[in-house]
Amino acid sequence: MEGIKDKVAIVGMGCTKFGENWNMSAGDMIIDAVSEAYEDAGISSKDVQAAWIGSFWTNLPAPSMPLATILKMKYKPITRIENMCATASDAFRNAAYAVASGVIDVALVLGVEKLKDSGNSGLPTDDLAMGNVGTAPGTFRARNFTAPGHFAMLATSYFNKYGLSAEEGRTMLAKIMVKNHHNGTMSPKAHFRKEITVEQVLKAPVIAWPLGLLDCCGVSDGCAAAVLVRKDMAKNFRPDPVYIKAMQIAVGPCEGYMNPKHDWTSVKETYRAGQAAYEEAGIKNPRKEISMAEVHDCFSITEAAIYEDLQFSARGGCKEDVDAGTFELTGELPVNMDGGLKCFGHPIGATGLRMVYEVYKQIQGKAGPRQVKNAELGLTHNLGGTPGGCTVSVIIVGP
Amino acid sequence: MVGIKSFGVYLPYYRLNRADVGKFWSSYQTSGERTVANFDEDTLTMAVEACRDCLGGLDKDCVERFYLASTTFPYSEKQSSALVATALDLPKQVLTTDISGSLRSTSNAIMLALDSIRGKSARNVLIGASDMRLSLPNGSRELEFGDGAAALLLGDSDVIATIDHVFSMNEEIYDIYRPSGEKFVRFWEDRFVREMGYGKIVPSAVMEALKAFSLNPKDFSRALFYASNPGYTNGVVQKLGFDPKIQAADSLWGLTGNMGSAHGLALLAQALESAKVGDKILWVSYGDGCDVLAVSVKKGIEQAQQKQSFKRNLDVKAFTTYQKYLRWRDIIQTDPPKRPRMEQPSAVALYRDQKSGLALNGSKCKKCGTVQYPAQRICMECESKDNFEYYSFADKQGKIVTFSHDNLAVSADPPTTLAAVDFDGGGRIMLDVTDRDPDQIKVGTPVEMTFRRFREVEGIRVYWWKSRPIR
Repeated sequence: MEGIKDKVAIVGMGCTKFGENWNMSAGDMIIDAVSEAYEDAGISSKDVQAAWIGSFWTNLPAPSMPLATILKMKYKPITRIENMCATASDAFRNAAYAVASGVIDVALVLGVEKLKDSGNSGLPTDDLAMGNVGTAPGTFRARNFTAPGHFAMLATSYFNKYGLSAEEGRTMLAKIMVKNHHNGTMSPKAHFRKEITVEQVLKAPVIAWPLGLLDCCGVSDGCAAAVLVRKDMAKNFRPDPVYIKAMQIAVGPCEGYMNPKHDWTSVKETYRAGQAAYEEAGIKNPRKEISMAEVHDCFSITEAAIYEDLQFSARGGCKEDVDAGTFELTGELPVNMDGGLKCFGHPIGATGLRMVYEVYKQIQGKAGPRQVKNAELGLTHNLGGTPGGCTVSVIIVGP
Repeated sequence: MVGIKSFGVYLPYYRLNRADVGKFWSSYQTSGERTVANFDEDTLTMAVEACRDCLGGLDKDCVERFYLASTTFPYSEKQSSALVATALDLPKQVLTTDISGSLRSTSNAIMLALDSIRGKSARNVLIGASDMRLSLPNGSRELEFGDGAAALLLGDSDVIATIDHVFSMNEEIYDIYRPSGEKFVRFWEDRFVREMGYGKIVPSAVMEALKAFSLNPKDFSRALFYASNPGYTNGVVQKLGFDPKIQAADSLWGLTGNMGSAHGLALLAQALESAKVGDKILWVSYGDGCDVLAVSVKKGIEQAQQKQSFKRNLDVKAFTTYQKYLRWRDIIQTDPPKRPRMEQPSAVALYRDQKSGLALNGSKCKKCGTVQYPAQRICMECESKDNFEYYSFADKQGKIVTFSHDNLAVSADPPTTLAAVDFDGGGRIMLDVTDRDPDQIKVGTPVEMTFRRFREVEGIRVYWWKSRPIR
């Protein structure tokens, strides 16, 4: 297996403001994100040879047609991808593979999600999600299900395994959220941009014990897009392209739901996707070699488990590293420099590319007040599903 | 010898102080408590629980007929006994019948069962009785009713009690009744209900029955009478020559309320649980007539009494509130959460899923022995294909591996306690934890399985299983 390393370059990216975009349709967001990406790459729809659109819950009438109609992208191959919360990352992967194969020279990829037209607070929780955690799709013979409920179980088990009292464990998690909110204040495109305190996190209403309101990310609309080209063409588009070093997805067979060997203190899919990505990129010591990471902090405990599964921290070592400020913007390995899902919210099908957008800008030195020093290898981690069974994408990019 | 081989009972975990209802409405306050089925229970889930208790430790493949008695079946057209039989994983050849229309349905079912056994067309007949009746709020019946279920296994050998005599009398009367399609039980003016209904029919039936049995009140150690409230029974039993305190007190009135079709059987189960060999029990069942049965307790009773399921069901309980009761029964409409509308289950998917879903069978790999749920065609350990046998999780106990209390999950009684449960003997299932005090749930809490009701959309009621702390 050759791998993807240094075969494909990102030459343009765009991202809308994430949030409750009451005045924008999915199409409006697509036009804005794609226009920014086109401008960044110096191209137009005419130059694009194939496109991939990632979207999960958005009600787009026909899978691929809206993109052609909205962008007036005429008679090109367009494919819609969905892979739960890792949808945009998987769309990116498919587009990159097409470019790496040599069949396509210039590809457009975007992820979009319009959640706030639904009238619901929170995500749809019905069969799409429940089929996996019950007996069979369509039966609704399933435990009552919400995302915070499932991720809270990861916290319960983690606290139990490492002997943390609820207060100790919740404080450790609160510090991660405080960090992300601090970073988010410097992100003009974030949904939430205000500082919070550990005390506020601990005293927030309980959503799913032991997680409170401020342990959870919000529900937002958003869109992000990228233009991918062959490596040897990249410098024709811009002087500072960003190259794909690794791109891996691991899909778990729901062992957390069925197999007593799975102890709900880590997410195997994250570990496996990380391992595969490190191998593909030739990384031996992730904590030293990775400059920064955008990870899937849908809930505070998710980010804690990611530190360990991606080997940024030792097993059980999260608390020590959090207390040491390891993952802060000025720390040894900054994580969620833009504020993460915590501040951007989580438009399901868009998040993965929003993460790539941040590391792309950081590598180009364009991250403004949140710019990290020596931004070289950037990692994105995008998780779809629950700790018991999920799709995890790990992408590594660099100059 | 034809008689009772085993008995079972199910009382819901929740109780309601009757005084709370009076307080809520600023009206008169009655003493005692009544059972309240949880929001995830109904007539059929309670029937399954009582039948599981009854069949515990026995070979359920011996059951040849299953008669289910209730006045509150969820469907007018669709057989409840077939659904319950499937949840119990009884053989498909079992003759299933719903018997309904009166609180006497249960004794009717027993009489039909005895005929089947005596006529040699069946050796073992399972009887289930379950009811969850509703009366309009702020009325006396609401306080009098309780929810519950009971079960009997009748057979021709190894009996713990014989049924020696039966007598039946029918009567046409509008005393307590509920037209099809209506939710709440109606009743005529109380004096008529009492004087011309219970107070007239029961004494005349019992007198005729005793004459036919050639037995006297003093021959019985217990006489089990039930009515809407003890005010009805006291006068009647005295008139018939029974001691209302020693022989004929309805010991469940203050503890459970009147559990409809299941009440008489619950009284019988309670009496059997404390009976001595040689005791004779008179059992009187009322509703559009009166059935009278004479039961003699036999030697096998001591072993059956070891289960003490009645005492356990009575003792392990928690109190709910009247406000929750009103919500659980859809008596008041509450503001729905801003969440997606519940999707309709697929009848086709439910049909395919009955062995794994309704009967809670997982699979056990024949090659490596790994048990898993739901049943997997390809083993999660050794990946061998279509090489498994079904493995029942319904009778297994397990421990909570991890949990959360989820306030966001839409529920009539938040928070929803979610858990990963690892079973003794292997296997893990993701389950809700019901009938629990959230503060008592820990990593490692032992749980057992209980059959529960899930969503109902467009007339399709979904049933599956939950875990609960061992009762």
